Amino acid sequence: MNYQAIKVIYFNEMKRAWNTLLQTIASPVLSTCLYFVVFGGAIGGRIEEVDGVPYGSFIVPGLIMLSLLTQSISNASFGIFFPKFTGTIYEVMSAPISFFEIIIGYVGAAASKSLIIGAIILCTAGFFVDLEIQHPVWMVTFLILTCISFSLFGFIIGLWATNFEKLQLIPLLVITPLVFLGGSFYSVSMLPPVWQSITLFNPVLYLISGFRWSFFGVSDVPVVTSIIMICVFLALCLSVVWWMFKTGYRLKQ
Amino acid sequence: MPAIISIVDLCKTYDTGFQALKSVNLTIERGEILALLGPNGAGKTTLISTICGLVTPTSGTVTVDGNDIIKDYRLTRKDIGLVPQELSLGAFDKVWDTVQFSRGLFGKSPNPAYIEQLLKDLSLWDKKDNELMTLSGGMKRRVLIAKALSHEPKILFLDEPTAGVDVELRKDMWKIVNKLSDSGVTIILTTHYIEEAEEIADRVGVIAKGEVLLLEDKHTLMNKMGEKKMRIEIRENLNAIPDSLVEFDLLLDEEGSALTYMYDTNAEYTGITTLLKAVNTAGLTLRDIKTTQSSLEDIFVKLVEDDV
Repeated sequence: MNYQAIKVIYFNEMKRAWNTLLQTIASPVLSTCLYFVVFGGAIGGRIEEVDGVPYGSFIVPGLIMLSLLTQSISNASFGIFFPKFTGTIYEVMSAPISFFEIIIGYVGAAASKSLIIGAIILCTAGFFVDLEIQHPVWMVTFLILTCISFSLFGFIIGLWATNFEKLQLIPLLVITPLVFLGGSFYSVSMLPPVWQSITLFNPVLYLISGFRWSFFGVSDVPVVTSIIMICVFLALCLSVVWWMFKTGYRLKQ
Repeated sequence: MPAIISIVDLCKTYDTGFQALKSVNLTIERGEILALLGPNGAGKTTLISTICGLVTPTSGTVTVDGNDIIKDYRLTRKDIGLVPQELSLGAFDKVWDTVQFSRGLFGKSPNPAYIEQLLKDLSLWDKKDNELMTLSGGMKRRVLIAKALSHEPKILFLDEPTAGVDVELRKDMWKIVNKLSDSGVTIILTTHYIEEAEEIADRVGVIAKGEVLLLEDKHTLMNKMGEKKMRIEIRENLNAIPDSLVEFDLLLDEEGSALTYMYDTNAEYTGITTLLKAVNTAGLTLRDIKTTQSSLEDIFVKLVEDDV
């Protein structure tokens, strides 16, 4: 293993976040406050409780997931797309480093950043509502698994994208709708029956449901299903990345 | 000592169907400076990129210091430094940081003293805290060299290092190359500037259309291919070449006051003495005699033209 290389890639990526510290911290804090004002305050005032949980608290896991997913994807995709775009990737590709090590460096950094952002949102939310976490170990497990798998997914997008439009395409047109429709701000049981069935095809639902369970012990779908789904997604991303490694996809000619 | 790089039957066909390398065989000796000449699209960059691991070969083998570039890539790549053709650098990184980054990528633990000396040698020391985007093109080129040398490689590839570089930097660059070569580093460079290859290289390879047309010691090459021209200036103005001189295949210039004779320096019989006697016998008065040897450029143009 080329530990030095993993170290420099990881810290180089983390440094980027450090250089834009204000943006890294302020942006999730601000957006969390806004969601609480709009959903928790204005709308939540009219909704008493969902599944026995006060609405303000109910949306916290969804909010964290929303940021985690978008941040993981954008961090990881940008992290690999930018050196590809500027051409500096030649150096990484000519170094004595395996594809696996490259991934640990880039994906590890992207996942770490999301994890930090998740923690920041959780703390910010603590100022607005009382939070109880019934299964803290599972909460952290869900958090880490989500960060890693969606950072991997972002890495794949970053490799696949040949221009800035493609880089934004999937996060904007696929991920955002899936997150909003995946029960971030409501319980699936609040939907009409037809939409309840359709929602079951949304993979993000399982993530949010499982994560919410770790907080309040209530969930839309069985928690085991959630764990299986996220593991399946992780395995899927790993196999795509493995295939990319084998073929040198978009990196080697 | 065995060759440092050995390339056997190397072929590369891109997905587009373009055949960039057609069975290239090349042996690069330890410690030499090899210049690869060739027109655009000849396959020079593909060849370098393959050895460095940026391009996957279609067939053939390359070994670096006895290790296969695919099977033992960790061993081969750690010995190689690459200065790419494009000025590929991040915008916001600082000079010092980016050079440290490169060293780490190649698996070497930090060595601030070495990096300091490297930056001083490349006249980059006072720019070490500058952001890369604030540097001029020439300075960026220096940073790329510093990055390539950051892990103390045994082999350095310079892909058209002087393209778009001013005279001063070019001279500096050749000083650096010579110094590196003296310290035992093997250097492979590609260039369009033939006079550079002539000035700096030990051996010259000519590549066109994915094939190595020629690989020769520079002096041998110039001698071997070196055609000499002798220009005989006379006081008379001739309308035509005198009959007694026809056998020498002379060229008469427009004014009729100079004759050009082509000969091969390596031939046993150059014919110079006989020609001069014949000129004398024809009653012509000599004003001056000049000889010129064809440059690498002429040789190169001739080779590539022949191939086309």
